Amino acid sequence: MKKIKIKVNGKVKTVLNNSKLSDLINKLNLPLKKVAIELNREIIDKKTTSNIKLKKDDKIEIVHFIGGG
Amino acid sequence: MEEGNLKKDKLIIAKKKFDSRLIVGTGKYKSMSECAKAIKLSGAEIVTVAVRRVNISNKTKPLLMDYIDPKKITYLPNTAGCFNSKDALRTLRLARDIGGWKLVKLEVLGDKTNLFPDMIETLITTEVLAKEGFRVMVYCNDDPLMAKRLENSGADAIMPLAAPIGSGLGILNKVNIQIIRNQTKLPLIIDAGLGQASDATIAMELGCDGVLVNTAIAKAKKPFEMALAFKNAVIAGRQSYNSGRIGKTLMGNPSSPIKGII
Repeated sequence: MKKIKIKVNGKVKTVLNNSKLSDLINKLNLPLKKVAIELNREIIDKKTTSNIKLKKDDKIEIVHFIGGG
Repeated sequence: MEEGNLKKDKLIIAKKKFDSRLIVGTGKYKSMSECAKAIKLSGAEIVTVAVRRVNISNKTKPLLMDYIDPKKITYLPNTAGCFNSKDALRTLRLARDIGGWKLVKLEVLGDKTNLFPDMIETLITTEVLAKEGFRVMVYCNDDPLMAKRLENSGADAIMPLAAPIGSGLGILNKVNIQIIRNQTKLPLIIDAGLGQASDATIAMELGCDGVLVNTAIAKAKKPFEMALAFKNAVIAGRQSYNSGRIGKTLMGNPSSPIKGII
């Protein structure tokens, strides 16, 4: 199957064409309740990740809380 | 003051009540467990946290939420590292999306060397955040005019620096802090620059509603002891402030009666 390149947290990742955002989340084993996700600078409603198809050159940011002052 | 009255003396921020007037940062600790233990000892009910990228290549790294339960301790997401309004807004909107956090700490820095706040960007951002329903605690400089403007922009707490972030210099301009205290009913919290427990006591004696400390505890040789020292210092300072200090005089005034001296 055809593969596409996307960027996740600044790093290039190769995923299958037709992949959903939820597939990526599952593959990365991320706890959805503890993160926020941006797709091309727009915050994604975490309930809708299985409806979002990844496209070539998509830029995804996944953030969480860490120690800070 | 009776203990019963002290218990009623709550810190109220954005209509939420807190018993502790000490807010602590969660950065710069050697480990998550050290951080969690220091927070427990400090008695803090609010902790600041930063928003950063998840490390997608190392999934075994421990998560802050596994050590500090956000159901028990109020997380205060910050915008550390943001140098303009756009980045600060992006960061806090993401923070809110992690789990509905509306109470946030805004800091827009303008100077990489001294980490002083850019007050123009800070003002603009406060206004936008307030309109979006955020409850904003704002890191600012110790300028009474700017503090007033922040209040008018919808800030929920004014958080002037004591001195540059992480500098440990203590409160450099007590007069300005007192002027800000006298002009605002908003919670006034000293944020940044404290070095030792007595600095926190002084802040409280100036009439501040609370203090925010990170480096002074995290980087002390014994962080656990220092966490406890800050907890006690904040309580002492608040009690002292509530007690109404004596006036100052340049003459001596004997504590023992003059009458009946042999």
